[in-house]
Amino acid sequence: MTQTSTLARGGADTSAPSRRGRKRTRGSGLSPKAVPYALLLPGFLVIAVLLLYPMYQMIEMSFHKVGLRQIKAVNPAPADFVGLDNYESVLGSPLFWSSLRNTVVFALVTVALTLVLGTLVGLLLDKLGPKMSTFVVVGIMAAWATPPTAQAIVWKWLFDSDAGVVNWLLNLLPDGLSRLLFGRSDWSGQPWFNDTSTLYLVLIVAVVWASFPFVAVSVLAGLKSIPSELYEAAKMDGSSAARTFRRITFPLLKPVFSVLVVLSIIWDFKVFTQLYLLAGGTTNRDAFNLSLWSYAEAFGGSSPKLGLGAAIAVVLTVILLLITLVYVRQIVKTEDDIR
Amino acid sequence: MNPLARRRIGRIALNAAGVAVFLFAVFPVYWMVATAFKPNDQIFTTSFIPFPSPPSMDHVQRVFTKGVGELPIWQYLLNSAIVALSAVVLGAVFALLAATAVARFRFRFRTSFLILLLIVQMVPAEALLIPLFTMVKRIGLYDQLLGLIVINVGLTLPFSVWMLRTFVVAVPKELEEAAWIDGAGRFTTFWRVLFPLVAPGLVATSIFAFITTWNEFVFALTLISDQGKYTMPVALKFFVGQRSTDWGGIMAASTLMTIPVLVFFLLVQRRMVSGLVAGAVKG
Repeated sequence: MTQTSTLARGGADTSAPSRRGRKRTRGSGLSPKAVPYALLLPGFLVIAVLLLYPMYQMIEMSFHKVGLRQIKAVNPAPADFVGLDNYESVLGSPLFWSSLRNTVVFALVTVALTLVLGTLVGLLLDKLGPKMSTFVVVGIMAAWATPPTAQAIVWKWLFDSDAGVVNWLLNLLPDGLSRLLFGRSDWSGQPWFNDTSTLYLVLIVAVVWASFPFVAVSVLAGLKSIPSELYEAAKMDGSSAARTFRRITFPLLKPVFSVLVVLSIIWDFKVFTQLYLLAGGTTNRDAFNLSLWSYAEAFGGSSPKLGLGAAIAVVLTVILLLITLVYVRQIVKTEDDIR
Repeated sequence: MNPLARRRIGRIALNAAGVAVFLFAVFPVYWMVATAFKPNDQIFTTSFIPFPSPPSMDHVQRVFTKGVGELPIWQYLLNSAIVALSAVVLGAVFALLAATAVARFRFRFRTSFLILLLIVQMVPAEALLIPLFTMVKRIGLYDQLLGLIVINVGLTLPFSVWMLRTFVVAVPKELEEAAWIDGAGRFTTFWRVLFPLVAPGLVATSIFAFITTWNEFVFALTLISDQGKYTMPVALKFFVGQRSTDWGGIMAASTLMTIPVLVFFLLVQRRMVSGLVAGAVKG
């Protein structure tokens, strides 16, 4: 056995007595093969207990009737197995279709707006001079960094019916133009949060405002990674700006875009905090999305239906995991290091 | 029009667009801070008052003395800080060990573990809420900050490991091999060689975990009912529900909650992008 192979294997399995002495002074008592598992174990246990086991439990609960008596700390009653009853009441409820519609429409509109606005700002940042670019980046960071709770509250204030800036701004529009666009000229006292469609309009504005900076900065980072020679060559060949974008920029940024699309879909599908605060809790059932509906069934009323809430959560998770698979494949493809 | 003039107009248009984006992004944040410092007669008005003139400390003072609910805002800031800092410190230890394992060793379940990390990040926290609520109730951690701490460690760990892994990979392996040849043990090699070099990455990762935990709303809302143990997001929600017309006070509280996040955020924004897009941007 050579010296190097002994070193590579962490000094274990040595035959010479002199080496055995050194082994004892640095010994960790672990065979080299066990080291990575030992390092991984605490983190894996945390993930298993706090994320994997609850996922299993969520599925199990969705087949049971779980109420207050089943979750008592002392001496809880056993939960009755109800088979697919919870799923039947989910799919049979009119709330399912309105929540699904709210979830999907909100996600599609928000993802599209976020990506378009974010990409445009990313391209703009790339074109601006260094000082102006830094200035704008610091500005959009402010929107990105605002905690979701504060985001919702600030936008609620901006859209306030009496003293909100948005109604003031809309009143500034020339009366004729305002009537042409919206069919009205006086916006004083316009309540934005009573009606589900205007409530979601505010939610879309708030979420797009908070999430376009991430897209912009990611697109900017992607643009910076494209070698400038490609652009010089395109210019020499007399390629137009649109053609350069279509043939060089877009194909090279495609992996970035696919990750951004999936991440945005995932984030916007399960939006909770901002909706909860803008809708004022769980009283307005018409405004539910799937997350809020699940929460409302499990915790909203005086008789919690945790099994039913779990069934809704399972439906949401299945939708999200299907979308996630695309993302995971993309990552596994682009990260050589993962294999 | 000559090309020079056209180029100048183009540049002016670009800069104007830049300023417009800046204003759109910053105005809501500015308005939050401005409202917090305005006297009430400048808040409840249909006209537009761009600056607090003169600025008033009334609302800030009120949330500190009279407070939100019955308690001064200190209490909630303290609860939030306790939860976030404890979760970050615990999480950092687990994350560093796991990241070292996946970055430094090749072993059988390595790829499976990395893919697991990606998938669990995508599971909506709201879906885990119901089972974790019953678990926390059963083991008696309901209404305890400790319950929130433990759950936040779980919620932030997958992303922390994922991000920290790239920092460990970036440290040249030869340094550790040299220390090993010089007779250093496994622990000494880790503590004296790897750890100092990974420390900046550990700081960045911890800041993300801090921001996530500081902002976390839905678990804090569900697992805490004792007002004295509310964290900031829940205290804000309570404030809005209780005194929905005290916009000055609400904005003062929101500003106080936003400041630490804003500061941390500016420190680590670069790494956030590379962490999230995770290798998709590669020349």
